[in-house]
Amino acid sequence: MSKISEKAAALLQEGAIKMIIGYEQGTEHPRPIFCHTPEDCKKLIFNDQCKNNLAVYLTKKEIVDNDKIGVIGNFYVVKTVIQLFLENQIHLDHFLIMTVDEAGDIITFGNIDEMKQYVASHEPPANPTVLAAIEKIDKMSREERWAYWKTELSKCIRCYACRAACPLCYCNRCITDVNCPQWLEPWSAPLSNIEWQINRIMHMSGRCVGCGECAAACPLELPIGLLTKKMGMDIKDSFGEWKDGNVLSTYKVGDKENFIH
Amino acid sequence: MEKLIIKLQDINTWLDQIIEKVPRVIAPIKYGQKAEFALIKNATDVHYDSQTTISSVKSAAFPSTETLFAYAKNGPDTKLYNVAEENFVNTVIWRARPCDAIAFKPMTKIFNSDYQDELYNKRYEKITLVTFACNKADEFCFCTSTGGGPGSIENSDAMVTVIDKEKALVEVFTEKGQQLIDLAKELFEKADESIDKDAVLAKIPQKFTKEQIHDHIQNAFKSSIWKAQSERCLGCGACAYVCPVCTCFDIQEDSHGNQGRRIRCWDSCGFQLYTQHTSGYNPRPNQAARWRQRILHKFLYMPDRLNIYGCTGCGRCSRACPVDMNIVEHLTSIANSIHE
Repeated sequence: MSKISEKAAALLQEGAIKMIIGYEQGTEHPRPIFCHTPEDCKKLIFNDQCKNNLAVYLTKKEIVDNDKIGVIGNFYVVKTVIQLFLENQIHLDHFLIMTVDEAGDIITFGNIDEMKQYVASHEPPANPTVLAAIEKIDKMSREERWAYWKTELSKCIRCYACRAACPLCYCNRCITDVNCPQWLEPWSAPLSNIEWQINRIMHMSGRCVGCGECAAACPLELPIGLLTKKMGMDIKDSFGEWKDGNVLSTYKVGDKENFIH
Repeated sequence: MEKLIIKLQDINTWLDQIIEKVPRVIAPIKYGQKAEFALIKNATDVHYDSQTTISSVKSAAFPSTETLFAYAKNGPDTKLYNVAEENFVNTVIWRARPCDAIAFKPMTKIFNSDYQDELYNKRYEKITLVTFACNKADEFCFCTSTGGGPGSIENSDAMVTVIDKEKALVEVFTEKGQQLIDLAKELFEKADESIDKDAVLAKIPQKFTKEQIHDHIQNAFKSSIWKAQSERCLGCGACAYVCPVCTCFDIQEDSHGNQGRRIRCWDSCGFQLYTQHTSGYNPRPNQAARWRQRILHKFLYMPDRLNIYGCTGCGRCSRACPVDMNIVEHLTSIANSIHE
């Protein structure tokens, strides 16, 4: 049994933790697994192909109750947990957040500061393919850019896999599901698809942890991850490094922008 | 049924003839590393390298968004406008797979189970299905477990089976299929009886039978298996939207002052909102209940009510799922145990 499986099984046996969410081998790639028994823990794995952002489950009422849940997630899970905590969406005492180091040993986070420290020193480098794609779009004229996004987003079928895979899309009722008034057209059409993505990205700005799971979830492989990434870069240019909180709803008297005074 | 032979090098000539005569020809085109059905203008647009497409071809008869009717109010009068006849055009679906062709049978039954859906029927009547038998399959394919197969001729108008590097067998089953042959008669010759279609078909092991699933789930409404299987499900609509049989839709209003249109667009039983009542009560309150609905609908309610199953074994839902809700795996586990 791997060190991860052993540790997870021990945690369940001790009884303080009722369930562990981690990764198991799936059909082609690793996928999320919910371990309820020490036996289930045998299936746990961890490697650089473990991409799902497991933090998406931590705000689901049907999964989280009063029992303590263990999570063995990747870097982005830890980063998302910090964000969810800062947005008052989770109680940290409901969870035991863990990740795995290069030697295959489990790292357990005792508190939010330890998570912040870990995240500050372990940020993976930006994906060069994504950066190149953003650069290419930046160089386009306004008309070309409009044509590019219209063509790409026309293919969107509005399955909302991007929304469902995003751990920070936790609204009980998404704006696109509201129909009194109807803010967004909920059917698939070029303009309403663009509207939907603009809304999604604006709601993510300054909050997105950059895990890329929205793009990975898209069955049509639309380049929607470029939008969140680019928005993140713009936010960083305007407001500085990702610290914590929600940059677009954080107001300080000392903000340099004049329009807000 | 007629069996013909066409040289592989002549297939594009045949297809170009079809494109010239038929206003709408839909076929798989290259889409990134994969393939998607799209309108084609040239035979060379067709992408033959992918086993299957990301989405099914159901949108040819059941578009993701369609206008049901339009209206305009002028004082006390309201005028209604039906969908114009020119919206229903002759269509050839080229290089469908057997699992795509079969899917139109359950779809047609659903759209005629009590109300006869005129829009669906008008579109479907205009479709001719040219299916290509599968000589390859991937690990998500399971058509042999749902009653189909890599060479299944069910519901196709014509079927092309590539026999070797030079020729393909063309089986013609319907008048519609024959009309396509007639567009380029000179390219075909009678097939020799010795041609062995089965020998070139993909080998897809049968993992269960659909009847076995039906029997195992008929008393399983309260089983714990639904929660166990659906725990990782994110509740998106990817599986339903790429499925060739899923037909759930929503009705929306696109109104602008005194005019507007009523729209039908795809919906999914995987969404929480799908069954949410105005009061806030939700009879399918969690993902387990929604996943159960998906499986029971396809393998219990449809066979019991419509005498047809709602799954063709194409595997698209599994390929599209962000968290690998592999339906074969889940169905196999249902088939191998008793659930109550």
